[in-house]
Amino acid sequence: MPKKIIKKTKTADVRGKDGQSWLYSDIVKEHFFNPKNFMRYEEEKKFKFNASGRVGSPACGDEMVIWLQINPKTEKIKDCRWRTFGCGSAIASTSVMSEMIKEKGGMKIDDALKITPKDILERLGGLPDRKIHCSVLGDKALQAAINDYFRSTGQHKRIFVSGAKVVDKDLNITDHDIEEAVLEGAQTIEDVQKKLKVGAAKPESRAAIEELVRYYFEKYFGN
Amino acid sequence: MPRPKTIKKIYLDHAATTPVDKRVLAVMKPYFSEKFGNPSALYGLGREAKSAIDGARKTIAALMHALPENVIFTAGGSEANNMAIIGVARSHASKGKHIVSLSIEHHAVLRPLEELAKEGFEITYVPVDKNGLVSAEAIARAIRKDTILVTIMFANNEMGAIEPIADIGREILKFRKANNTIYPLFHTDACQAAGYLDLDVEKSHVDLMSINGGKIYGPKGVGMLYIRRGVNIKPIIFGGGQEKNRRAGTENTAGIVGLAEAFKIAQAQKEKESARERELTKYLWKQISEKIPDTKLNGPEIGDARLPNNLNVTFMNIEGEAMLLYMDEYGIMCSTGSACTSDSLEPSHVLRAMGMSYEMAHGSIRFTFGRSNAKADIGYLMKYLPAIVTTLREISPVNSGAKHARYKK
Repeated sequence: MPKKIIKKTKTADVRGKDGQSWLYSDIVKEHFFNPKNFMRYEEEKKFKFNASGRVGSPACGDEMVIWLQINPKTEKIKDCRWRTFGCGSAIASTSVMSEMIKEKGGMKIDDALKITPKDILERLGGLPDRKIHCSVLGDKALQAAINDYFRSTGQHKRIFVSGAKVVDKDLNITDHDIEEAVLEGAQTIEDVQKKLKVGAAKPESRAAIEELVRYYFEKYFGN
Repeated sequence: MPRPKTIKKIYLDHAATTPVDKRVLAVMKPYFSEKFGNPSALYGLGREAKSAIDGARKTIAALMHALPENVIFTAGGSEANNMAIIGVARSHASKGKHIVSLSIEHHAVLRPLEELAKEGFEITYVPVDKNGLVSAEAIARAIRKDTILVTIMFANNEMGAIEPIADIGREILKFRKANNTIYPLFHTDACQAAGYLDLDVEKSHVDLMSINGGKIYGPKGVGMLYIRRGVNIKPIIFGGGQEKNRRAGTENTAGIVGLAEAFKIAQAQKEKESARERELTKYLWKQISEKIPDTKLNGPEIGDARLPNNLNVTFMNIEGEAMLLYMDEYGIMCSTGSACTSDSLEPSHVLRAMGMSYEMAHGSIRFTFGRSNAKADIGYLMKYLPAIVTTLREISPVNSGAKHARYKK
């Protein structure tokens, strides 16, 4: 792949210097073509980690897995690996996030939990508007992995739960509704629909609902 | 990954648009600055333009087995489709408000149908099979006493399925005879077919047919609608009385002349070019299926039910837009049915209508060949494509089998 073809710039200019159309900033391009810290073939056998998280699904267009090696004493992220199914922006966002949490000797997990899609976007030099949704999975995968760490170390009180928010405007489903449905035994989006007695969710909210179902299922029933 | 010393530009997106043929450009040129007159003007300069348009109309009509006055020029395929659908609906609404179509139609057909649905029309979208094909019988079953229009695409732009237009036309004739009516009228969007298939309106029994220039090596922004004699449609663009009051606006003389020339060339060489491009399609699919594991051909088998230049393939476990970006780096241009390249964030409605899952649609890539392509282009493409797929599959967590990552400790 092209090596260091482009110098870093801050803008998400859609046109390159040669006048050709390019949807993404040079930073996005660099991280897309030369992704950092992704889990290579065979590497998963060797890579040591004590937390992992998985969000999204290929059906929604994006899926991401992240593996973390957290130092239990300092609570710093010493190393990480990821894999992403998704478009250029999804791949670049995960790559840049992996850089953010690893640099300067590793980020503390409490700080890592505060990473927002906006932070990732800023670091990427922006994304075209309709691509922003592709970058929102990174921080969620990171939260899932850190929660996994909390679970496996018995720190259940520290598990990070975001506040109630509506995930499907038409059906008025919030993440708390989904949490309750999962606690009542729902394991799939169809189960949730039955429990909440609502019709089929719009495809665009399916992704979020599926993700929350998985999240709560892992939280309460994962080992 | 290996990088070429010189990046070749390989254009494999001819279903999106084609370059203007040099011969077409040559006949268009005089009509920009020399023979620029308004065809409605009485003086020589205007008459010159008028006669060029009449000539173009005659050329196109003859190739479709139609009469020159049946040909209405428009500003492209989308306008022709809008004009046909909205024009027929508004003109014949008193006779019925039911329309039959397919869910795999181009948006230039689907959107006007949606608008009509808001105005109280009822639209039946007949389902297609897993290859994107519909049967004439299925269309016949959907036709009711109040059906005023059937609009079915000649060939699909995404996976190349060629619909049985002549068979559907015959079923419609049968229905009309049995019910002693002139309805339903039959429209076909032939934009994708015009470069490869016979568009004889008598053989296909269509009443309205849309064609555009940008898909047949002619200029963009110019198209035409064939309207059978006796079929009334309400105009959708109002103004001067051009095109016999059916389409207002000063005629795009250069575009119209170019469209006729492009259509003439395309129809003259369609058999030869179809055979040549079909070989390329077959060869590329053979190469892909041999060299890249976990791929699937989308749409009909490469043969008579598929446009000869279309290859639509799903590369499992990876996402189409990411592949496009990689291929673009190597000079290879093609398209995808993935949601990430659409404004709607929904994967291709065509692939979904064929029953394909979201993940399969996300990984679909469309290669469409054209006149400039040769076997060497496939050689260049196949030098890099397997490595691109491998690279993206390595980054993807959805790999299966032995390479499956350990997600759990």
